[in-house]
This record gives sequence, C-alpha cells and structure tokens, in this order.
Amino acid sequence: MTAVVPQAAPAAATPHQPMVEAIEVHKRFGSLEVLNGVTMSVERGQVVCLLGPSGSGKSTLLRCINHLEKVDAGMIRVAGETVGYREKNGRLSELREKEVATQRRKVGMVFQRFNLFPHMTALENVMEAPTQVARRSNADARREAIDLLGQVGLADKAETYPAQLSGGQQQRVAIARALAMSPEVMLFDEPTSALDPELVGDVLDVMRALAENGMTMIVVTHEIGFAREVADVAVFMDGGVVVEQGDPRQVLMHPAEERTRSFLSKVL
Amino acid sequence: MTATQPSPTTASLESQRSGRADRQGPIEAVPLRHPGRWIAAILVLLVFIGSAASILQNPNLDLPTVGEYLFKPLTLNGVIITVWLTAASMIAGVFGGIVVAVMRLSPNPVLSVAAMLFIWVFRGTPLLLQLIFWGFIGAFIPKIVVGIPFTSVEFWSFETSQLIPATVAALLALGLNEMAYAAEIVRAGIQSVDQGQTEAAHSLGMSPAKTLRRIVLPQAMRVIIPPMGNETITMLKSTSLVAIVAGDDLMSNIREAYTQNYKIIPLLIVAAIWYLALTSILSIPQMWLERRYGRGFTGARTTIGSRVSTLTQSITMPARSSKKESAS
Repeated sequence: MTAVVPQAAPAAATPHQPMVEAIEVHKRFGSLEVLNGVTMSVERGQVVCLLGPSGSGKSTLLRCINHLEKVDAGMIRVAGETVGYREKNGRLSELREKEVATQRRKVGMVFQRFNLFPHMTALENVMEAPTQVARRSNADARREAIDLLGQVGLADKAETYPAQLSGGQQQRVAIARALAMSPEVMLFDEPTSALDPELVGDVLDVMRALAENGMTMIVVTHEIGFAREVADVAVFMDGGVVVEQGDPRQVLMHPAEERTRSFLSKVL
Repeated sequence: MTATQPSPTTASLESQRSGRADRQGPIEAVPLRHPGRWIAAILVLLVFIGSAASILQNPNLDLPTVGEYLFKPLTLNGVIITVWLTAASMIAGVFGGIVVAVMRLSPNPVLSVAAMLFIWVFRGTPLLLQLIFWGFIGAFIPKIVVGIPFTSVEFWSFETSQLIPATVAALLALGLNEMAYAAEIVRAGIQSVDQGQTEAAHSLGMSPAKTLRRIVLPQAMRVIIPPMGNETITMLKSTSLVAIVAGDDLMSNIREAYTQNYKIIPLLIVAAIWYLALTSILSIPQMWLERRYGRGFTGARTTIGSRVSTLTQSITMPARSSKKESAS
C-alpha cells in the first residue's frame, strides 16, 4: 500500500530501474518462516534504514541481497540483474559459483562482527580483493588502499593487525575493505551493534560521509538517530514482512502502525 | 550502638592498619620456605647421578663402538633414507590430507563418504600391518594391468613386485597412513575458522577455491601446525618400522649391523642419538611456522609464545611485518 515514492517520476519511456529490488521474497530456515513476502525497492543514491525487532528478518533480507542466503520464493534484483540466477526463456537456472562471485563485486557488505581477516594487516585486508579478485597491480591497489584508509581516518594504522585495533577501528577498516571493490551498493548489517558506545560515533561519521557522497546504502541498524538524520527511507519490519516504510521523519516520529509505535517506544 | 566501647580486637586492627600505612617502599619480607621441593630435588639428583654412574661404568655400554658407528657410512646412509622417507611421506600426507579433508567437508555425499571410508581404513588398521601389506602387495595383485575392464584389451601391464620395491612400498604405507591422520587435522583446522571469514571473502567476490586458499587455510594453519609437528616426529620414528620390509633406513641398517656383530646395545644407542638429534632439529621449522602463521593473533600466544620467542630470537627470524612475504 505505501510504495516507496521515487525521487523523480520517469520522464521518458525508459523503464525505471531501481538499484535494488526485492519482489515477494520468502525465506525459511527449517520450519521458521523468516521472510514472508518482502517487497521493497531502493533507488540509486538512496539510503535505506531497515529497523525492527530482532528476528524480524532484516539481516536475512540483507544477506539475501548478497546471495549469502538463497531465497525460497520471489526474487531480488541488483542493478537489474537477478541475484543468483539466470533468466532464460522464462526459466531460471542457478548461476555458477564464479558468476555469483562476479555479481557480488557490485555489492559491498559490512558485518556486525567486522570479519576482518586476522592474519593480514589493515592495509592487506583492504588490498586483498582488488589484487586477488579484480587483478589490479600491487602498486595501484596499495595506493588506493592507503587512500581509503585515509578516508576512514586510519591512515596511520595501515601496518596494524586487526587484533591490535579497537572495535570501531576494525569496523572502519571493514568499510574501507568493502569500498575497495568500488561497489554500487553498500550493505551494513548492524555495523555498530558490537561496538562500545563511545566508538559508535566514528563509524556512523564514516557512514554519513559515504551517504553524502551519493553511495546507495541499505543499513540494518538500531541507531534511530542515525536513521532519522541520514536515511531517505525508513523501513520497519516485523515477523518477516514490511510493516511500514516511507520518510523516516514520518515512520519514526509519527508511525501509522501500532507495531511500529510499540517497537519505537521500547528502543527510544 | 553508639555507646559501645571499641573492643580490643578493633583497636589492634586499627593500630595494625596505621602501622601498614607507615610502611612504604619495596617489601622486605622473609620468603616462604619450600623444604618439600628441596628434598624432592635432592632425591631426583641422587637417582640421576646413581643411574648415570652405573650406566657409564657398565662394560656392555661399549662407548668406543658407539663412537665407531655414529658416523659410519652405513649409519649416515640410513639417516639420509630416514630423513628422505619422513619428508616424502609427510609431504604426500599433508597435501593428500588437504584433499581428503576438503572431500570430507564437501556437500557431495559420494565425496564425503569416500573420504570417510579412506580415513576409516587407514587410520583404523595398524601401520605395521599396512607396511607389511604394501611390502607383499605382489602376493595379492601379481600383475598391474591398464586396459578396458571386462575385455582382453591391455594397454600396459607390469609385474607388481618390480613396480613396487621395498622403498616404494614403505613410502606408500607411510604416506597413505599419514594422509588419513592429516585429513582429520586439516579438517579440524578448517572448521576452527569462523564462518564469518568465508562470508566476508565471498562478499568481496572471492571464489570458493580462492577463499579456501587465501583466507581459510592460512588461518587454519595456526591450528594445524602443532599437531602436524607431532605427526612429523611420530613419522620420523615410524620410519623405523620399515625395517620389517627391509628398507635402507637408519633402523634397518642398525639392525642389520647388530645381527652380524651382536653389539645390540651400543648400536641401539647410536640409533637413539640420531633419532633424538633429528627430532630436536625438527622443532626449529615448527617454531618458525608457528610464528609465521601466528601473525595477527597476539592474544592467543601469551605463555608458550613468549617462551618460544625467547628461544627463536637467537635464531634470526624474518621481521614480523616483512613486506616481502606479503607481496609474494
């Protein structure tokens, strides 16, 4: 009923193509229905915040966009391409692992638990995908990695191993690592939930700067303040469905749905 | 409550407290004595001296013979074969073990069941039995034929006994046996790496094979190396079983010598000295590897790590953040 209002209506006859599109997505783990028909779309350059109680399916939806989980029904498109499948004559066939890997290069992902490679320095973490996947030269990758580490405020930590970095620093390295592949969309899976409160601000600042630079972002978060301030669209999920979505001021300040209201009263 | 007089005990406590506050600077206290430890140490020392004296005075020790055989070509050739056999079967074991471990973890049931069967057979039967089996494989399969089954078409055929001499039989037995053990060690190592590492690598667009090689295995190595060090030492000693199928390893040669001259004890001492020397040398590459793959894991190496590092600092090691290594 409340469809995401596109910034500008398609002027010409060119088909309108969202950056990320989920259509009636279903996902179950055993008998547990985690996603129960989720439909949403994200425009290029938009920042979408996914909110909702734990177990509502936000993280699972994010992982489906990256094909870390396979959807059971419905489909997800990133930049017009069906995630994980090839459509031919109306039939779907699974992509090969290499092709999935190629698709994933368009999508950067930041995890709650950082998942930095502990046996590599911060610089090596950021350089790993450009040199190993994109086959860029060591010198180029190094220059870009140093630049990216500078952007997240960690130029002086290039030679440091993750174990010697604080949580906030690790998460910023993880953001730089994801950015190194020049993704078209960035997915953030509760990026500040594992951080000490005083370290959250640095990570949110980096994300805010990314949003201002026009990066398309889907952020699963409990940071209501960040959502209100940075997001173009707030999506409230519960029980595997989208309960309410729209302008964050509307959804977060004057929610129309009772479920949204009761959730917000608990977290605020 | 307010009217109660301060009891003697609280008064003495207060005076103690004030006395403690006065004392500053380094503590000079009478150290605690451990008489039990001293008595035990003296007893151990006495037993050691006593047994050393009786061994050295024993005429059967025959130190001149030990000295004579320690560097004889017969011994040295045996040492070379032992080292070669250990190295070859460990290399075969480790690389084969990685393959079997990956098969074992494969979602394909045929591959994983095949790996399980392999491990079940080669880990579940004595190494000595396997050695003898490969040594007498010619009795079981006299001829090896490459051709089309159920037809008389033969491309190539060979006498098994010629194809598999004693050394190859030994290598087969040791290598296959080691593969089964190594597979389980590698599997444990792979499974010890957090699933999030694989997801992070995949999200960066790395293929499963590259994820295994660049991300998972290097981290698994930290868990794999200590038991592999054990395996290598066990293997070095297990090569002595080759004597049963008449290899040319250290133990076979020593056995051959003492069956001729009956100087059993001195020759066993020669072998023991060499085995001890070789196992001691083996701990050096293990320390180096543990250091190499321990990079970035500071917390996990507190007690043993610091002890190892004091040992390894005398042997010059590449710097922790060597850029050449990361570039390769």
